[in-house]
Amino acid sequence: MAKHWWKALAVILLIYTIIAGFTIDIPIIGTNQQSSRGLFFHVPMWMCMYTMFSISVANSLLYLTKYDLKRDALAGAAGSVGVFFGVLGFSTGTLWATYTWGGTITGDAKQQLTAVALLIYMAYLVLRMSIPDIDKRARISAVFNIFAFALLIPLTYIIPRMVDSLHPGAAGSPTFASKDTDGGMKAVLYPAFIGWVLLSVWIYTLVVRYKKLELKNIFK
Amino acid sequence: MKSTAFQQTITLVKKDILLELRQKYALYGVLLYIISTVFVINLMIGKPEEKTWNALFWVVQLFVSVNAIAKSFLQESRGRLLYFYSLVHPRNFIIAKLIYNILLMAIMSVITLVCCILFMGNPIVNFPYFVGVIMLGGLSLSLLFTMLAAIAAQANQNAALMAIMGFPIILPLLTMLSNIARSSFNIVFQPGLPKMFLMLGAMDILIVGLSLILFPFLWKD
Repeated sequence: MAKHWWKALAVILLIYTIIAGFTIDIPIIGTNQQSSRGLFFHVPMWMCMYTMFSISVANSLLYLTKYDLKRDALAGAAGSVGVFFGVLGFSTGTLWATYTWGGTITGDAKQQLTAVALLIYMAYLVLRMSIPDIDKRARISAVFNIFAFALLIPLTYIIPRMVDSLHPGAAGSPTFASKDTDGGMKAVLYPAFIGWVLLSVWIYTLVVRYKKLELKNIFK
Repeated sequence: MKSTAFQQTITLVKKDILLELRQKYALYGVLLYIISTVFVINLMIGKPEEKTWNALFWVVQLFVSVNAIAKSFLQESRGRLLYFYSLVHPRNFIIAKLIYNILLMAIMSVITLVCCILFMGNPIVNFPYFVGVIMLGGLSLSLLFTMLAAIAAQANQNAALMAIMGFPIILPLLTMLSNIARSSFNIVFQPGLPKMFLMLGAMDILIVGLSLILFPFLWKD
């Protein structure tokens, strides 16, 4: 059981996140009221998405150097888990935006560009489905995956830094402003990051195990 | 006889232009496509105001570039691609395709502009600026769609796939282009305009770099 300790850690951290996230005292700022608690669930989703997409692109790069079909299966699995977490992040964000910004889809640059980035990754998944030949699929989707990742970074990291955003802590920083976040919230947020990322890795390993059963002749 | 990379590229561009001039199918096909699209817009909303004009112009540009550039790889048969593969380095091949598509899109952009002015009126105040922007736009669109056409050509010559892959990627580029173009309709001060040009240029360089690095992998069949 020695190698499963991180799964237990994920469960403990997430239980802590959910219980503490809904019960601790948080500063009430204007119309935000209690909705600031969304921070513990919305922001970690993006961490999970970036983790998964990084795993995916790393495997694609490795595929193009060695042409090992296992790498392609890993890249595909990470891509789909990443899109899953991206959709969760987007929906928690839009839910919050509906009540605080006064509109589900606003003109906010970060929201729009994230939607674009998610669409690119969905195109990646569709591309994978559209090619029946397994070697061809591996090669073409690896190329597209690298292309997608190279666009993900400017879309979600560089351009949002250059324009104003409705996001909290915006006007300069695309992430939340760590300097003016309440200490109590930080005590929940940082464990939440670790817990959610561990959960995403856990889901990823499960998807990979399913793929291994599906592609028995590749994973010997 | 071994020829240099530069000569190979030039020869391939010449070959594409020659094929185009002989068949004339793509040129007239897309010409008809532009005219009918713009005419349909004219029938439906007549002469739109400048904001709508700008948006419609870029949407027409988007579909024109998909149609014009999808052809560049789809027209090559498997046998012919194999033949080129034995002759030239894939990098020279993709550079030649990029150059040819840029030239093609430059011509198409001018035709679209003329058609739009004919059928939808001319709200443009700063004409040279707008022509510059559409050339830049044609350049960006053709660079991106050339790479996507190369991917789609490998995936069973599927043109619908190109639209699925291309539209999300082209979205930020088109938004930037239409924002930049807005300055040519009325004389206003737009903050952040040089920054947008810089961003567009950076995107273009990124796409060219990626195409040069990734295309050789696509071609190993």
